[in-house]
Amino acid sequence: MTQQAQHTQHNAQQGDLANIKDLSVSFMTDAGSIKAVEDVNFTIPRKTVVGVVGESGSGKSVTARSIIKLLPETATTSGAIYLSNREDTGTLDVLSLSGEQLRTMRGSQAAMVFQEPNSVLNPVYTIGWQIEEGLRAHGMKDKKELRAKAIDILKKVGIPDAETRVDYYPHQFSGGQKQRIVIAMALVLNPGLILADEPTTALDVTVQAEILDLLRLARDEFGASVLIITHNMGVVADIADEVVVMYRGHVVEQGPVEQIFYKPQHEYTQRLLAAVPRIGQHLVVRDRKGDPIERKTDWHDEPLAVKARNLSITYPGHLMQPDFKAVDGIDFEIHRSEVLGLVGESGSGKSTTGRAIAGLQKVTGGSLNVLGVEMNGVKERDFKAKRADIGFVFQDPGSSFDPLMTIAENVAEPLLVHHKFGSVAEAKNYVGDLLEMVQLPRVYMDRYPHELSGGQRQRASLARGLALKPSLLIADEPTSALDVSVQAKVLELFKKLQAEIGFACLFITHDLAVVDMLADRIMVMHKGKIVEHDDADDIIERPQNPYTQKLLASLPLPDPVKQREHRARLRELLAAQQ
Amino acid sequence: MAKANASRTAISNDERLGNLRLRRKSAWAKLPIVKQLRVAVGWQKGMLVTGLVLCAFFLIVALFAPAIAPYGHAQIKDASGSFPAQAAPSAKHIWGTTAGGFDVFSRVVWGTRTAIIAIIVAVLLSIFAGVLLGLVSGYFGGWVDRVLVMIADAIYSFPSLLLAILMAIMISHGQSGLWSGILASGISITVVYIPQYFRTIRAEVIRIKESAYIESARVVGASTWRIMTKHLFKNSTRTLPVILTLNSSEAILTLAGLGFLGFGIEPTAAAEWGYDLNRSVSDVTAGIWWTAVFPGLAIVLVVLGITLVGESLNDLADPRLRARKSAGEVVGSIEDTSVDEKEGTSARNEVIAELDAAGNPIAAKPVATVTDYDEAFRASEWTGEGDTGNRGEE
Repeated sequence: MTQQAQHTQHNAQQGDLANIKDLSVSFMTDAGSIKAVEDVNFTIPRKTVVGVVGESGSGKSVTARSIIKLLPETATTSGAIYLSNREDTGTLDVLSLSGEQLRTMRGSQAAMVFQEPNSVLNPVYTIGWQIEEGLRAHGMKDKKELRAKAIDILKKVGIPDAETRVDYYPHQFSGGQKQRIVIAMALVLNPGLILADEPTTALDVTVQAEILDLLRLARDEFGASVLIITHNMGVVADIADEVVVMYRGHVVEQGPVEQIFYKPQHEYTQRLLAAVPRIGQHLVVRDRKGDPIERKTDWHDEPLAVKARNLSITYPGHLMQPDFKAVDGIDFEIHRSEVLGLVGESGSGKSTTGRAIAGLQKVTGGSLNVLGVEMNGVKERDFKAKRADIGFVFQDPGSSFDPLMTIAENVAEPLLVHHKFGSVAEAKNYVGDLLEMVQLPRVYMDRYPHELSGGQRQRASLARGLALKPSLLIADEPTSALDVSVQAKVLELFKKLQAEIGFACLFITHDLAVVDMLADRIMVMHKGKIVEHDDADDIIERPQNPYTQKLLASLPLPDPVKQREHRARLRELLAAQQ
Repeated sequence: MAKANASRTAISNDERLGNLRLRRKSAWAKLPIVKQLRVAVGWQKGMLVTGLVLCAFFLIVALFAPAIAPYGHAQIKDASGSFPAQAAPSAKHIWGTTAGGFDVFSRVVWGTRTAIIAIIVAVLLSIFAGVLLGLVSGYFGGWVDRVLVMIADAIYSFPSLLLAILMAIMISHGQSGLWSGILASGISITVVYIPQYFRTIRAEVIRIKESAYIESARVVGASTWRIMTKHLFKNSTRTLPVILTLNSSEAILTLAGLGFLGFGIEPTAAAEWGYDLNRSVSDVTAGIWWTAVFPGLAIVLVVLGITLVGESLNDLADPRLRARKSAGEVVGSIEDTSVDEKEGTSARNEVIAELDAAGNPIAAKPVATVTDYDEAFRASEWTGEGDTGNRGEE
């Protein structure tokens, strides 16, 4: 594209920061070329937060990466992306840039914030050096000035004691602080556009709220536009001014956030919003006639399946490090046919608790009674028979199946191990029934795990967990790796099966909205201790513990107006707690 | 249903993608090298094909050595009398003869046989021991692992040729016949390569044993034996073809090295390139080139062939190193990655359903549940105690 043409284009687009026109991207794969996005058109106005939502594989990331032409060699693009600078004095067609021009544009006009702060920061350099690197790449030489700039930006993104900590290494910061530093790296060159690809997905909900505040700061004080990619409708409602909805490589809807949430035009947007879990929404499953499916018995009267008294689990420390107490003296019980929700942030000890019940983790103190077996000091030989009575659903549907075995072989494994059947061939009929029970077609038996989508695999995982008709099921974040619409389906299926079969269940999750849909009682864990433990409704409506209150207040509501009030409440709460 | 979303996904009339993904590959296409040959493009394909041609050539020569070689490997005379010593290439001896009166061409051809047998013996011996030790060591950990790793490290720290010489002396006291010679070289090579297989498998096992499917097997109470044979073994040995080829070429070099140093096989027992090279050292200064060039060339070409195959397998196994054709323009259809099922059966799923219906009689009856929610099946039926007589549980 010639200089002339760029200017003509620029005159036509005056005002908007970026304009994406008829963007199509295709990738060459082993199986032929695949189009990732097709004819995508949208604009990014100045000083605006634009949220891009859509399920995984809908082309969100590819679109964002195209804006700074950060695509692998196998990608081919068509269309145009016009990006103007902050001062609105010139516009570039990013897709026609190459080499030096592209390098100059990246960082100074558009910067990127990635999902996983741990892998973005180089562990062998100080954070100060890494922030200065961008400045150096764009021609700043003076060492004192560089350092002053780095300290200044660290202060702005809220790193306390920035003068000293500028010389710290990445491992000396928490996950949330690392993400702040990554955002500082993006802001330091004062770009007009910040592309944030799932910036809060790897973070806990309380930290997420802080990072979203920081991105708002980038808009309000730095005057930058932010393109935020997320699959979390709560985050969109919280931060976005404009929303772009993507589906199967196309933009299906674009508009102001209120319009998208209150008057969604496209049926996909409507379905997406309907699938979002909301606090206080009880999940009711119905049979074909529309009657709700209820449990046959009242769990309060049922005997205990699990009983923990002063349960402690310690990981031995390495060398000079002290031991790490993952679970620190907790008491709880799970009744038969009850769903107990275990909520906590990463590192709270919730997964360790679940693994201890399944016998995957050694109990180091107190007592844990699982289906009549004392787990403290248990021998595998004594517990093996009980394993048939315990099902486990893992978080990551991608790795919970042996990739070299078919779905039938994987699902039949517990049956073979416990000698219910002699071979996979004999178990085939029963495995087919199991798959139909989790609403997968029988013919999927002969597929390999990678031939199923994430949601389908998670259903198959549920089928395997239930294959031996266990009386206790432990579900460790079973839906957190899934897209919203799939999550809704899996949760619905889960609730239905639980009501019909009546197994006891420990449902581990970090998402209060999810647990509120399913659980009878909720237990909140924080740093290895149980901070609150009550009926689900009481916890959600009247949280007593300050940590639970903060957790609830930090959870963004998928409703822009309510979320604004909700955010104000979080501020008050945090101010009061300090 | 396919027409309903034609406008949006542009996939309905385009069944290429569906066919591409769904065509069950034949057993032939799944074979290690054939599979790679199909995905390779450009210079990577060139490398692989060159390597394969070289390897195939030497395999054929080894197989048909008696038919190809005009004389025996230790033959120094025929009906018309003794062969001349150090004769230049001629019609009777196309690559000349050596100082000992052997026909160079015949020696090189027979030497191929020795080399191939040595590779097979060495690789077979080391792969079994290495894989088994790697599995045990990686899965159990603890002191077994520590001791094995220490031994492997100790073996690593020896110069491999020196170790091979030591083993050759121990096994055969330096010189021996065809089989004992090959075994001696094979075992000495084995000792050097067991630690490599051990290390590779152990690293894979340590990585895999943390993955959710191993945990899930443990959670259902699968025995250690089952976990090791069913899950760990198959999943950890996927990288082996690459190491295997690379080690084969090293095995040849070690064998030739042993022969060159005089610890190989007696010339009367079998032809061996390293030995021939050793004998030709003095010839080179006398201007007799043919005794050294041909066995040397044979070694270089075999090693080159195997290394080319190994390196390209290595590159092709890694999607990041694998070269692909450029699309040139924006083409292709949008892959059906959507998980939003209310959309109805998408084109790709329909293809699946059709294929399944065609190939699987169970699916031939209208199971419209490819992804749909099947209300007809109630879990209560499944859990019902009495009415599911032939389900076969308990």
